[in-house]
Amino acid sequence: MTTAPAAAPVARRRQTPLQRVQNVLHSRPAISPAVLLILTLVVFSLINPRFMSAPSMSTLVQQTVVVACLAVGQTLIILTAGIDLSVGAVAIMAMMFSASLASNHGVPALLALLIGLLVGTAAGAVNGLLVTRVNLPPFIVTLGTLSIFTAITLLYTKGQSVQGGNLPALLNWTGHSFSIGSFRITTGVFVVAAVYLAVGFALSQTAWGRHVYAVGDDPESARLSGIASKRVLLSVYVVAGLIYGIAAWVLIGRSGAASPNAIANANLESITAVVIGGTSLFGGRGGVLGTLLGALIVQSFSIGLSIAGVDQQYRLLAVGVLVIVAVSVDQWIRSVKA
Amino acid sequence: MTTTADLGKHPADTTTPVLRARGLVKTFGRVVGLDGVDLDLYPGEVLAVIGDNGAGKSTLIKCLSGALVPDSGTLELEGRAVSFKRPQDARDAGIETVYQTLAVIPALDIASNLYLAREERRTGPLGSVLRMLDKKGMRDRAGSAMQDLGIQTVQNMQQAVETLSGGQRQAVAVARAAAFGSKVVILDEPTAALGVKESNQVLALIESLREKGLPVILISHNMPHVWQVADRIHIQRLAGRAGVITPQSHTMNDGVAIMTGAMTLEESEHGVHLTDKGEVTT
Repeated sequence: MTTAPAAAPVARRRQTPLQRVQNVLHSRPAISPAVLLILTLVVFSLINPRFMSAPSMSTLVQQTVVVACLAVGQTLIILTAGIDLSVGAVAIMAMMFSASLASNHGVPALLALLIGLLVGTAAGAVNGLLVTRVNLPPFIVTLGTLSIFTAITLLYTKGQSVQGGNLPALLNWTGHSFSIGSFRITTGVFVVAAVYLAVGFALSQTAWGRHVYAVGDDPESARLSGIASKRVLLSVYVVAGLIYGIAAWVLIGRSGAASPNAIANANLESITAVVIGGTSLFGGRGGVLGTLLGALIVQSFSIGLSIAGVDQQYRLLAVGVLVIVAVSVDQWIRSVKA
Repeated sequence: MTTTADLGKHPADTTTPVLRARGLVKTFGRVVGLDGVDLDLYPGEVLAVIGDNGAGKSTLIKCLSGALVPDSGTLELEGRAVSFKRPQDARDAGIETVYQTLAVIPALDIASNLYLAREERRTGPLGSVLRMLDKKGMRDRAGSAMQDLGIQTVQNMQQAVETLSGGQRQAVAVARAAAFGSKVVILDEPTAALGVKESNQVLALIESLREKGLPVILISHNMPHVWQVADRIHIQRLAGRAGVITPQSHTMNDGVAIMTGAMTLEESEHGVHLTDKGEVTT
């Protein structure tokens, strides 16, 4: 008890350059994925200049958009030190309800869309209630609901897809594209951009955002400080569910049809984007900007390697390495000391 | 227990206590946590609560801070009867508690921690419609709250709490309590995890709370700290109040003797003292 304080103040003032880097990364978690994305883009365009062309860049954006949207919900949940394995299952369920109601049961397009969003929100609420009221770990809850939601979808649709031609224009609206020069962009991109702006704003500028970080970092301290921890946690799952519903709408536009077997790896891909984006699996640190960068990094590898003529299996290898490196870097950053 | 009052009386004992507890009882199954405990906290004083492990210190404090609901007994705040069902009730009434765990969020900065769950929004539609936080305003007020308490070691309110030392974290938690605890501040073992220098900083903080006129309840195991800052000392023993003494009326040895049951308060009042070997002499 008597020995500690003497050396401490000196050590605090003199930081090594490495510690300074650690501190900067600690306070700005989006910097590391930003640097990584720039490196990725530069390296791939040096290998083949065609990579930086407008067509391949617009392909990059189109291919990223659905996972990037799902990953916003995943980010919120991982910020609370949770994990959501049911992302894809929720989005597919929302999509199939919208598509099937509109094309097979004559429900007006707007109503079908709203029902899809509601299905996503309700699914999120189910996850949230199981986590907060029954006190089950999020991993187990969403592992269970992954199967349950998938089963509900397959039972409801009898495994049948809804063909694009039968879909009303509103549901396909997110697939509308227009060109700026040779850069093609869809309305779905704007929808997802709006989701990012809204959630980014809520996280950084509102009390709710602070409470999400606080609950993720230390739930007990948050509760003692007067935050209704469980209510905040439930709200995170509900908002995530709504975002998956929006992602379902974007997915319909992107694929031009609604298939119950779409985006089979959405849960792993969204977690990958979040983790590479610098959000900590231990909760309380990160944000949606990093997630967007993380999703873009993964797709850049995919497109860059294929333009470079490299076997796609190397993409898998590279993403795997990236995930492990990203989590290791996070561990190191979190070890920052006074 | 009924004979205890005289010695421990506050000099200005005609004033009403800020906080008065009478006959608090709290049982946990067959375990008696509190067996009819009285407590008085007078304006502007530092009241220490000492006691052995299991004497009911924490239970008593939790009943005062709303973390536990007593089975029976009454609480009065500034002469008005109050009852707390949740910690938030006590907080709303002006009683702030600094828990031993501090309840600060390491990843958030100092200003965010000071205003946690009490965030202030911007004026106008930015605040009311978009619910935007008044970050700058909260930062400025956090800075002056820290300065009011003479906390000089922390200057940057945007510094994450996890980058602070133990004493600085304690200072943040105390500053939060002082800024919002309009009537009473309760400190639970504030120096337990700290070194000598940092402990002294926290003791100085307690003194500046007293200078501001805020009454403080200090729970501590550290007798030298208690004798250094307390005006009066409430001794818990075996779920009851063994007595109230002052650092002037009793030595640390006597206090510990009463706390452990080696001596009663009456004995101490009749000139009985404890030798260094722990024997009772007259």
